[in-house]
Amino acid sequence: MSTPAHLALDHGAAPWLFAAALATIAPHFLYQPIWLSAFAGLMLFWGGWLWWQNLHLPNRWLLMLLVIAGSAGIFIEFRTLFGREAGVAMLVMFMAMKLLEVKSQRDAMVVVTLGYFLLLTHFFNSQSIPTGLWLLTAMWIVTATLVRLHGGPASSLRATLRYAGLLSAQAIPFMLVLYLLFPRIAGPLWGLPQDAHSGQTGLSDTMSPGSIAHLAQSSEIAFRVRFDGEIPAKDKLYWRGPVMENFDGTTWRPFPGRYAAEQLEAISPPISYETTLEAHNQRWLLALEAPSGLPAEIGLNGTLTVATRQAINTRQRFRLSASLDYRFNTSENPAVLRRNLSLPAGQNQQTQALAIGWRESEKTPEAIIQKALTLFASEFFYTLRPPLLGENGVDQFLFQTKRGFCEHYAAAFVVLMRHAGIPARVVGGYQGGERNPIDGYLVIRQSDAHAWTEVWLEGRGWVRVDPTAAVSPARIETGIANALPDGADLPAFMQVRSEWLRTLRYRWEAVNNAWNQQVLGYDPKRQREFLSRLGLTDTDWRSMATVLGLCCSLLLAVITAWTLYQRPDQDPAMRLWHKALRQLARRQVNCASWESPLALARRVQHERPELAEPFNQVVAAYLLARYGKNNNDLKSLRTAIAQLP
Amino acid sequence: MGVVASLKQKLFRWQSDGTAPLRLGQRRIFIIPTRGGLLYALALIVMLLGAINYMLALGHALVFLLAGLGITGMVHTFRNLYGLVITPGRCAAVFAGEMAHFQLTLGNDRPTARLALELEAEPGQLVITAVDSEKSTKISIPISAEKRGWLDLPRVRLSSRYPLGLFVAWSYLQPAMRCLVYPRPHHSPLPAPVAMPASGEQNGDGGQEDFAGFRARQPADSPRHVAWKASARDTGERPLLVKQFAGGAQVEMQLDWTLIDPALSPESRLSILAGWVISAEAAGCSYGLRLPNQEIPRHAGAAQQRRCLEALALFQV
Repeated sequence: MSTPAHLALDHGAAPWLFAAALATIAPHFLYQPIWLSAFAGLMLFWGGWLWWQNLHLPNRWLLMLLVIAGSAGIFIEFRTLFGREAGVAMLVMFMAMKLLEVKSQRDAMVVVTLGYFLLLTHFFNSQSIPTGLWLLTAMWIVTATLVRLHGGPASSLRATLRYAGLLSAQAIPFMLVLYLLFPRIAGPLWGLPQDAHSGQTGLSDTMSPGSIAHLAQSSEIAFRVRFDGEIPAKDKLYWRGPVMENFDGTTWRPFPGRYAAEQLEAISPPISYETTLEAHNQRWLLALEAPSGLPAEIGLNGTLTVATRQAINTRQRFRLSASLDYRFNTSENPAVLRRNLSLPAGQNQQTQALAIGWRESEKTPEAIIQKALTLFASEFFYTLRPPLLGENGVDQFLFQTKRGFCEHYAAAFVVLMRHAGIPARVVGGYQGGERNPIDGYLVIRQSDAHAWTEVWLEGRGWVRVDPTAAVSPARIETGIANALPDGADLPAFMQVRSEWLRTLRYRWEAVNNAWNQQVLGYDPKRQREFLSRLGLTDTDWRSMATVLGLCCSLLLAVITAWTLYQRPDQDPAMRLWHKALRQLARRQVNCASWESPLALARRVQHERPELAEPFNQVVAAYLLARYGKNNNDLKSLRTAIAQLP
Repeated sequence: MGVVASLKQKLFRWQSDGTAPLRLGQRRIFIIPTRGGLLYALALIVMLLGAINYMLALGHALVFLLAGLGITGMVHTFRNLYGLVITPGRCAAVFAGEMAHFQLTLGNDRPTARLALELEAEPGQLVITAVDSEKSTKISIPISAEKRGWLDLPRVRLSSRYPLGLFVAWSYLQPAMRCLVYPRPHHSPLPAPVAMPASGEQNGDGGQEDFAGFRARQPADSPRHVAWKASARDTGERPLLVKQFAGGAQVEMQLDWTLIDPALSPESRLSILAGWVISAEAAGCSYGLRLPNQEIPRHAGAAQQRRCLEALALFQV
């Protein structure tokens, strides 16, 4: 099968294909298994070498064998050939291998189309501004490849890139119109594969020593909040996550059964806010305590935690409100109270002895709680790197190591309370947050992850007690960066003391937030809001399609007119010459279209001798300006024209 | 077929009026997606479904950007032909069986180059060219000349996929251009000269004087020249032999239609005459041509050759 000459790929086009393949594959190397990256890199290198040496492309059977080997590798790695991640891996492999069999223009078109497709798959991993910019560049390179493929070797590298840039730039208005007006459909259209949202970090629904400390070292943003009014004081900002009641000696877990609905009595007026939650693959919402006035599609789960029906696996926005002072379940189900008094038998006996001693010496539960908090405040240290604990961890922590992070304090406190006969449980979530002065959003990071406790008191219901506040009041009042001694294992960004670096970070995060809110957050709901602001209320898809069609046609007309418009002759000498001819025409001498300047001069000499002298000068200056060696003789032409009567 | 062709004619105005130069306007240019363009569109649809399913905001943006790119690519493909000025050139006469080269000048008065212009007059015979900014390019379109007479330039399809190859824009050109095709020359020995040069110290019978050998008889040979004795000596099925004579220097010849075996078809006789004209001119003879309805007096030189060949090309049987 030989390809007709004009359809065969010319030798000079191959480097463009390699560039396009590299630009679209390379970012995938960050996420693909190392062996696949190496395989793809090797294939690209091989293809490049064959091209460089002008050698024949490899045998089809050899390629088939390599494809089978690669697919087998992918199957072993992902246990499937389908699904999102395995699919992307297959595409990367195909792209690298396709370059080893590109012979014709048609093969090259397949490479380019595959390249555009691969660009889309990057967004599974990231949709940040840098990713967007990089992919815009990659799209430019792929488009330039397309231009080069069809333009042949005649145009230079620069001209090709410039033309591709022009085409892409002209495509941007279409993108904007389509982005705003194309009827948005809320996904997913079909069931997402199991691996659709893997690899997202966040608070887990269990707590064991070290789990939150580990999270606290991440500077990733968990959610952002914009309050309608003032941001409340930091020590009021408890963002409630899962409530954990079951304890097996090391790990705390939520009670798996159902709860009765909460009885919630708000004491302070509600404050409302909007929260933008990053995907964390859990169902809880991390609402400010205590949530009130929830929208219809979300609800409380019986432990005052706001939960959605489906796990949150994309960035989502919610409008919520909260009453900072509240009473919660003043009459609690006895079964729940019993559950919150139970502990694994035979463990942490020193702790048990201590708690029983307190129960005998103190009269009120409040006094027992105070006793525990005083203990923490006196001898304990707050640290991200506590010593490891073995069996009877609470005993070890309370009587030997005395160093811990919030989960240690919460766990020890609940164990103490339960031994002392006070129903108590652990609450996970985030505490505090940092206000970005640029856009006024409160930013809550993974490093703000926190664990605190709740005790149930007769007549007051569940009351929040944060033992960490006793150990390190700074943690609650100002944040983790000030709560830990210098040189602790905090993420690098938190150790930044320089003012302008901090401002820079605020700016960057504000830009990112705007990007997330305005660009990435443009969903069907936002689209409806946008359209109603344009005056298109109760839009159905038909009216939207009409508006979209009108806008696109208008754009097409503008771009077509702009592209096809023949710009007038820009040669300045020519322009001046036409000016001279117009002056001449006013004196009834018209230059015929076939007449050369010299012929016209002869005719003027003959017909209008009085004009001959100045006009001859104009002709001489014009010929010199237009055909002379020196291109800047325009000045003398201008003077000559000025002297025409 | 006839109905379809006439419909196409009406629909697309394929016939240009042949006035030159011709500037391609929007009514002459048609545009449709290529196979690559359809593949691209299919990829975009799949990508859009993926973006919706995985709720990728930037995926939407990418798909829309690529859709916009396709649209601008269409406009630019159209632009690559729009405003191109086509001026017919000349076409040198050829012999039947050769390629006629029709010259066209493509003029570009825009400050951007027009690349990858493809001209196709006969299926598979593609001429690819480019015109620089504010320049013009001369191209020649090869057409195989099969029959003698006037060869009209068939409809030329001028097309381009530049820049993105997603669309193909095309236009049909039919400048009024024709090429004269001489009969396919059949090279055979010249007939006997008929006259001595005017200033002749030439030998009596000119080309029949000096015996130069035998050769196989060809249809154009007069039966008078057959070497009957020599042929009779040959057994087997070899053709008859004719005696060959070396003619004198400046001989005069009358290339006469009637000298050729009337059993041959008229086209073959014209071919033989064309061959004689070439041979006579090459030999430096002075020659005249006599056709049933036309006579060209004896003369020598390139102009005489052209005159004779033209007469042969246009001879009405």
